[in-house]
Amino acid sequence: MDFSLSTETLEFRRTIRDIVQRTVTPEVIDRMHTTGTFASPELNAELGRHGFLERAVPGLGKGDPIELWVLFNELEKAGAPYDGPAVALMIAGVVNALGTDEQKARILPSIISGEAMVAMGYSEADYGSDVASIKTRAVKDGDEWVINGSKMWTTMAQAARWLILLTRTDPDLPKHKGLTMFLLPMDTPGITVEPVHTLGTEVTNATYFDDVRVGDEAVLGGVNNGWRTMTTVLAFERGVMGGSNAAVPLLRHFHDWAAAEGLLANDVVRERLARSVIDMQVAALLTQRSAWIAASGGMPGLEGSMTKVFAAEAYQRISRWCQQMAGPAGLLQFHEAGAAGEGFVEYDARHSPVVTIYGGTTEINRNNIAERHLGLPKSR
Amino acid sequence: MTVDLGLSTDQEAIADLFGGFFAKESPTTVARAAEPFGFDAGLWAKLVELGAPGMGSPVGIGGGGASLSDLVVVAEALGRAIAPVPLIEHLAAALLLTDADVVAGEAIATVAVRPTDADGLWRLVPAGAVADVVVGVDGDELVAVRSEPPMVAPRNHAAAPLADRSARTGQRTVLGPAVEFVPVLDRWKVLTSAALVGIADAAMALGVQYVMDRQQFGVPIGSFQAVQHGLADLPVMIDGGRLLTHKAAWAIDSGEVGINDWALNDITDGSTLASMAYVFTTDGAALATDRSLHYHGGYGFSEEYDIQLYYRRARGWSLVLDDPSVECLALADRLFGAREA
Ligand SMILES: Cc1cc2nc3c(=O)[nH]c(=O)nc-3n(C[C@H](O)[C@H](O)[C@H](O)COP(=O)(O)OP(=O)(O)OC[C@H]3O[C@@H](n4cnc5c(N)ncnc54)[C@H](O)[C@@H]3O)c2cc1C
Repeated sequence: MDFSLSTETLEFRRTIRDIVQRTVTPEVIDRMHTTGTFASPELNAELGRHGFLERAVPGLGKGDPIELWVLFNELEKAGAPYDGPAVALMIAGVVNALGTDEQKARILPSIISGEAMVAMGYSEADYGSDVASIKTRAVKDGDEWVINGSKMWTTMAQAARWLILLTRTDPDLPKHKGLTMFLLPMDTPGITVEPVHTLGTEVTNATYFDDVRVGDEAVLGGVNNGWRTMTTVLAFERGVMGGSNAAVPLLRHFHDWAAAEGLLANDVVRERLARSVIDMQVAALLTQRSAWIAASGGMPGLEGSMTKVFAAEAYQRISRWCQQMAGPAGLLQFHEAGAAGEGFVEYDARHSPVVTIYGGTTEINRNNIAERHLGLPKSR
Repeated sequence: MTVDLGLSTDQEAIADLFGGFFAKESPTTVARAAEPFGFDAGLWAKLVELGAPGMGSPVGIGGGGASLSDLVVVAEALGRAIAPVPLIEHLAAALLLTDADVVAGEAIATVAVRPTDADGLWRLVPAGAVADVVVGVDGDELVAVRSEPPMVAPRNHAAAPLADRSARTGQRTVLGPAVEFVPVLDRWKVLTSAALVGIADAAMALGVQYVMDRQQFGVPIGSFQAVQHGLADLPVMIDGGRLLTHKAAWAIDSGEVGINDWALNDITDGSTLASMAYVFTTDGAALATDRSLHYHGGYGFSEEYDIQLYYRRARGWSLVLDDPSVECLALADRLFGAREA
């Protein structure tokens, strides 16, 4: 095996580190945590200006999955808000793979310039893991589609320009067959967004659809073909776009604080930190493997499930360790005097529970691994 | 040079060759028959015929010139078969030995993974019961000691041919200062990690096969989600361990001075990665054998089923160096700097 990055990729990485350092200032991070909108227009615009978003879109530009991995790995390790660009690029990848020429021309430029963000509307209040059972309806009326229903957990809907929306177009077909994906502007009349506040500060939303009217140009990937569009999205999501090195910035914050407090003399602390570094290295290698599979023409869906389960649980374990090791200082929040790791220790302990839930829970991923990797019978 | 996480064509061939060899020559009946001593001289002789003991030695002295990455592939195949032969120890020790009989495998070499005690004894040396040459640290020297192997081992968990060996009696050659042992031990760690990946992989396969075959409540127990999820944790430990082990071998083969930038998760130093791989794969092998044994139910606890052979070796091969937590502390020194006194 060869683990070396090409000179070109190393150069790419250097530039990203440089951009992050310039744009993701402590003020930007602070703003994220006060507003609950985890995005940085400064960062997105700068990545767009360098052509890095276009270059990283799967199937577009250079479309090198190794670069895509490097981009998001660097953003994640720096503690930069990468979810926004990750979702946007993922959707850009899907538009590029399944969209019409008209859609590509209309939608892609706004994404790859770093201007437009995308919200994802799949989950509903009553359907999460069983997302193929969603009820939001799209009904054909002449040349138009009329959409009614509601979505839950539409993260970034408050700031996004586009919405990718999973609807039911044929309730008589089996549940996976009667679905259609739409990609529509968030400012289409009839859409209402209400904030849902979370443990991890980040605001997500409930989004309501009242006779929302769109034309065929909003259908992405074909009528009643929504499940296939969905699997394409998920393959990207569980693949290479971040989500595996969340503990790296936490370890940095914790380590620096622990060093100043004299805690690094403690064997328990040293062992746990060493184990944490190992887990983050393994998580990075697993993600790199997904990127390599994609770069070699494969679809890293299952490997993504494996990586997600491992990385999510490692991050939870590490954030729990860091908070415990910090003692009462691990309870103090941002801006409080004496807060461990400047408050990140407390923040990560609050944020980490979500990673085994969103984007497919660990149970759903274990089902995938059991059935598709180990060849065990379907259990549901 | 760019990311390529597949085996090379040569390595595919090595994997086929040794996978086939161990499957044919060392089914688990061989490991069982070799218990409790843990050494099968006939199997070693067949490896000698294949040229395996000298694989990693330079071509110029009759070796195969294989890279550590190539040897990782061999070690994983050995682990999968829990083959009762000291090939890993020999391949690690051979890094510093040019003796023709060692390269040929006619003399068995091993590594004293821990330094001597006050009496000049290396305690519980892996393959110490069968090795003709022991390489290890005695005081501030790295030495190779040639002496008669005891050919007896204390009965132990892993049925491994462990023995105490003296660094001071026998034919003692000073190879250099103690620090020169580091690359030998790194090599041993990397190859042991690979063998533990093999153990974990075989244990998982046994578990999956068993839960498909065994029926309770009228269905295969592998259709119960609790059982499925316990097994679903294993492939990622195996794949993660394999990647980390290969990365360590890649770093060592490159011969370059790597970096230890844990703060950016950028780690390319061979010794650091060897240590990380060792810690991670000891956990992976323990987890895979625990889970697999558990899902065998009572049969997992019986001598008759093979999973117990893997269970014991997963622990034994991990512990001959020391408690992996001790390795974590050494790793912490590398990563974060030595503790202030
Ligand atoms: C902060 C946040 C942001 C999110 N962002 C988005 C977004 O932008 N767009 C979007 O569409 N969705 C989003 N989600 C929704 C997310 O994808 C769902 O929460 C997730 O899929 C789980 O669905 P659920 O919450 O309905 O839980 P449920 O499906 O009700 O699951 C509850 C529990 O039951 C377990 N369970 C369910 N089914 C099974 C099974 N078959 N076998 C074993 N166990 C099972 C689950 O693993 C879980 O532990 C977000 C969620 C959160 C919390």
